[in-house]
Amino acid sequence: MAKQPAAVVGVGQTHHRAKREDVSMAGLCREAIDRALLDANLTLDDIDAIVVGKAPDLFEGVMMPELFLAESLGAAGKPLLRVHTAGSVGGSTAIVASSLVQAGVHKRVLTVAYEKQSESNAMWALSVPLPFNMPVHAGAGGYFAPHVRSYIRRSEAPTHVGAIVAAKDRRNALKNPYAHLRNPDTTVESVLASQMLWDPIRYDETCPSSDGACALVIVDEDTARASANPAWIHGTVMRSEATTAAERDQVNPQASRDAAAALWKQAGITNPIEEIDAAEIYVPFSWFEPMWLESLGFAEANGGGWRLSESGATAMDGKIPVNCSGGVLSSNPIGASGMLRFGEAALQVRGAAGEHQVDGARRALGHAYGGGSQFFAMWVVGSEKPAN
Amino acid sequence: MRDVAVVGFAQRQMAEFDGSPTCVELLVPLFAECYEQTGWTRRDIGFWCSGSSDYLAGRSFSFVQAVDAIGVIPPVNESHVEMDLAWAMYEAWLKIQTGEVDTALVYAFGKASAGVLRRTLALQLDPYTMTPLWPDTVSLAGVQARAGIDAGAWDERAMAEVANRSLTDAEKNEYSIRKGGSSVEELLSRPVYADPLRKHDCSPVTDGAAAIVLAAGDQAREVRDRPAWISGLAHSVDPISMGTRDLTRAPSAARAAAAVDLGGVELAELHAPFSHQELILRRELGLAEDVRINPSGGALTSNPMFSGGGIRIGEAASRIWSGEVSKAVGHATSGPALQQNLLCVLEGNI
Repeated sequence: MAKQPAAVVGVGQTHHRAKREDVSMAGLCREAIDRALLDANLTLDDIDAIVVGKAPDLFEGVMMPELFLAESLGAAGKPLLRVHTAGSVGGSTAIVASSLVQAGVHKRVLTVAYEKQSESNAMWALSVPLPFNMPVHAGAGGYFAPHVRSYIRRSEAPTHVGAIVAAKDRRNALKNPYAHLRNPDTTVESVLASQMLWDPIRYDETCPSSDGACALVIVDEDTARASANPAWIHGTVMRSEATTAAERDQVNPQASRDAAAALWKQAGITNPIEEIDAAEIYVPFSWFEPMWLESLGFAEANGGGWRLSESGATAMDGKIPVNCSGGVLSSNPIGASGMLRFGEAALQVRGAAGEHQVDGARRALGHAYGGGSQFFAMWVVGSEKPAN
Repeated sequence: MRDVAVVGFAQRQMAEFDGSPTCVELLVPLFAECYEQTGWTRRDIGFWCSGSSDYLAGRSFSFVQAVDAIGVIPPVNESHVEMDLAWAMYEAWLKIQTGEVDTALVYAFGKASAGVLRRTLALQLDPYTMTPLWPDTVSLAGVQARAGIDAGAWDERAMAEVANRSLTDAEKNEYSIRKGGSSVEELLSRPVYADPLRKHDCSPVTDGAAAIVLAAGDQAREVRDRPAWISGLAHSVDPISMGTRDLTRAPSAARAAAAVDLGGVELAELHAPFSHQELILRRELGLAEDVRINPSGGALTSNPMFSGGGIRIGEAASRIWSGEVSKAVGHATSGPALQQNLLCVLEGNI
């Protein structure tokens, strides 16, 4: 049996904040779920199965939290799956949810991803000492800074490009009512004047720690007919590579390049920069925008990426608008961040992105990565049903 | 639906794995066994999916290093569930059903001996209202066993019968870490551990890992003369709250049973970490008296966290391959007191 068409008909997210003290983990998830169901014009009773994603359990200190959340997520009495694939988890979770529909197993699937960083200690959870392992003790910024330095060296990038990206994403966030950071006065100059944290990554080039959740309703073709603006899934991909190998290219990992190639092929895209109208790319540190632009094939390797970012091509009115929502740089509920990218891509092709809508977006990319750049999840969604 | 079969299975179970902090090192020989059974290399595997828990490994991202066991280059189509192997297999089965891939290798691992498992599992409970009280798993299972006895749903003798049969069958299973049946009377004369549970009513803390290989259609037929075809695969979850559930029942197991065809099942491998839970499952699945239960010895004789459920499916599949039975069911559970349940029906002829 061939793959069944599937579409996103509901997208919901929370107001992302440093501390959502007004809600529990369950309440946070429900805020996103209720918005997604309202958007889809469905209720929990209509949902066949639920897929939950989040980053490590050590963050909030709950082992397999989907078990205690089952009832409040509306999963009691239904199949419930829990995905965990590092930072890419929000994307992978959406992909597993779509595969439930594409496999013909279910018709209406609800998926939700969350992180409540105010109830967790990510820095501790990422730094637990392990036998026979080199301690990082630096958090994600310390881990990725050498990758960024390597990129700057290889591509001979001017050092202010990261600040251009950061200023752009923070300005985009002002158009997104759900964004965590809303700093109206961010400019390239103000980013460059901010504290250096992990050379060359400055404070304003770094994602925040957020509480937040994202939920999607993914349905089969029959159900999608009732929606005025379904976002059809044109391609999904997951790729992983091993952590320890001297030959790994951590700046432009093979898993990322392979994933992009497989994704474009599935979606029937031969020239991404011409055929994709908006991209939501996982950029937790500003420099990852040019790095991923190259790895994804939007630009030539070793310099095409920073030239695109520097030229303004990734701004909302540019050739390839990237992270019109403000991206991970403006809201980072870790487990949900990937699903937010996937959901924002769906909003763009549904014409439902509000103030940060790219006019006439027909095809959009949602992208997430995780670990030390070993794990990748991506999808392409479109306003029209795919031909394949 | 595409025809998909279990065509490979490898396992290790032991009281204490003395090696890698996470049992990841066990995966390399397990994968080698899977390659040997199938005649494949890693490049023949279309999709990988693993199950594990960061709380057993005592670290975040415990599955990350497991990917290294697959090999380095090229990258793989891979996913992970923070669930038992059985659910990792479910995700892989889905992936095959989408038509994207034809084969999958799923694996899981867990080293429970590194901590105090019954306390670690208290972290699975509601973090706002239950975990602060640290109710441990064995005590919660004791509450469930007592509820059933008080309701007249079972008695200690029925529980001892389950344990005696399991310990007897385990004598033939090289991976069982607790074995040796005696008699119901002898078992009942042993001391109570967590009233009304005796030690043999509780699965032993076990380290281990397991892997299952799936293949669709002709690729399955190329691997085995008699693949174990998956004719039904369903799962469901109940609310966690111990105070509002009828602990003598497992509605999610009954719902999973209603979603598959258990008619004609000759053998059931039930993932029942406590003896009374087998009695609950037999009732919810409506298994006839003549259905052979847990010839492997079951979870009461070894129960590695995160692979214990998948091992039930592997054990059932191996008895299809051998021709011993034509239809079998493998069951997996997760969460306190049978909160979440999965059934996989396997058939030799389709």
